Amino acid sequence: MDTPIIELKNVVFSYNHHAILKDVNMKVYANDFIAVIGPNGGGKTTLLKIMLGLLPVGHGSVRIYGQKPQNVSHRIGYVPQNVHANKNFPISVMDVVLMGCLRSGRIWTHPTKMDRNSAQEALEKMEMLKYHKRRIGELSGGQRQRVFIARALAGKPEILFFDEPTASVDTHGQTELYSLLKDLNKNVTILVVSHDLMVVSSYVKTVICVNQCVHQHDAAEMTQEMLDMAYQCPVELIAHGLPHRVLGDH
Amino acid sequence: MLEAFQFEFMRNAVLAGIMASAICGVIGTLVVVNRIVFLAGGIAHAAYGGIGLAFFLGLPYFVGIFGFSILASMIMAAITLKEKNRADTFIGVVWAVGMALGVILLDIKEGYNVDLMSYLFGSILTVPSSELYVMGCLSLFIVIIVGFYYHDFLAMSYDQEFAQLRGVSVKPLYFLLIGMIALSVVMVIKVVGLILIIALLTIPPFIAERYTNSLLQMMLFSALLSIIFSLVGLWLSYHLNLTSGATIIMTAAAVFFLSFLIDHIRSRFKRHTGE
Repeated sequence: MDTPIIELKNVVFSYNHHAILKDVNMKVYANDFIAVIGPNGGGKTTLLKIMLGLLPVGHGSVRIYGQKPQNVSHRIGYVPQNVHANKNFPISVMDVVLMGCLRSGRIWTHPTKMDRNSAQEALEKMEMLKYHKRRIGELSGGQRQRVFIARALAGKPEILFFDEPTASVDTHGQTELYSLLKDLNKNVTILVVSHDLMVVSSYVKTVICVNQCVHQHDAAEMTQEMLDMAYQCPVELIAHGLPHRVLGDH
Repeated sequence: MLEAFQFEFMRNAVLAGIMASAICGVIGTLVVVNRIVFLAGGIAHAAYGGIGLAFFLGLPYFVGIFGFSILASMIMAAITLKEKNRADTFIGVVWAVGMALGVILLDIKEGYNVDLMSYLFGSILTVPSSELYVMGCLSLFIVIIVGFYYHDFLAMSYDQEFAQLRGVSVKPLYFLLIGMIALSVVMVIKVVGLILIIALLTIPPFIAERYTNSLLQMMLFSALLSIIFSLVGLWLSYHLNLTSGATIIMTAAAVFFLSFLIDHIRSRFKRHTGE
């Protein structure tokens, strides 16, 4: 509990000589629930991809469980935005979820019985098991997202990363999603990237603001000033649904 | 037509057609789902440079075309990974330059009467038995590789980023796929020719995609469709005295339009009865 499970030290990331992220220092501890917020183009997704090991850092270090992210990919779950889903692709829901069980280091990649059981459990948890034979393109957007979450869960991860999970989800869906995340948070560390301030719900324990620089705050301390700084313009905080955030006096 | 089977060239044509079609079904599926049809076209047309090179240097046909195709395809693959924004432009350049190089080299080689048409439109009726063995080995090789790496190819094709995250070596796999496309191109040129390779790589998978639920099913169905198109096309070209390659493609096209029409009618019918 005292050693951070994710640690970024002095990370700098540039693209075409443009600094996207500067002097990033952050620590994530086990069982945390983190919201990574900030304006679009501020570097949230880049930060996420760096943590996942999908982007190399020009300077500084990224460590998950003390190792490079690529070496611990089997302990990480990732739910991407619903963007690159190729809807016509001939693949069943079960086969999509089985991809979450892929591991490096095997010579012949073939799902084992254990993999299939994990995939089934994950689908059951997301209440999508009855769709396991359906083609992924036949499902609605919300159902597809559940399948992608199941895919991340199938690998039995210890950390779950979500990229903009509430984009194109209605208010009711968002509340449902956050109660699911709260439930998962009992055993798994959760990190959600979102440009949507709805994310600052009462389930979130830590807030990380990203706008080229990264600032980490305990969620209870979030003030209007911090948000303004993060977004570089006055921002109005609105809380919908139950339970809702009670903001500090400001 | 059965009397034609007493001729070796006819038996070879059928066997060549079956092997090339099966491979096109498998590789074509991967080309279509990975959306690299244009890249495959670039490899096919650049291969003509290999033909020219082979004759110019006096190398055997397979060596020249295969060597050149692999080279051109690896370069194009590297560029598409590095310069995503101008990848298709670059493919267009290699496409045209490869073809032009082949034509010029054949022009320069004096005293050599090469039938250009046979490479452009296929010469399935002139496949020697020795080539069949090479085709057989290539086909077997491709099937084994695709079978062995099936789940990796599936992951890479569906969600490359996620595959990479889970430890699939996406880059080497991509180059492997491109290399196999080059191999397939070498085989298929004899059957339908350079100009029509794209049709055989794309039409069967396009039809198959709508009726299958897994990549494996799509590959098998595409291969089956390709084989049917080749045999029917061959039969029609024999009886109607038409160019075999083009007839095969027209057969494929006819079925393609038919399946589109049936789907269209079916969805309109559903809409009517659904209301």
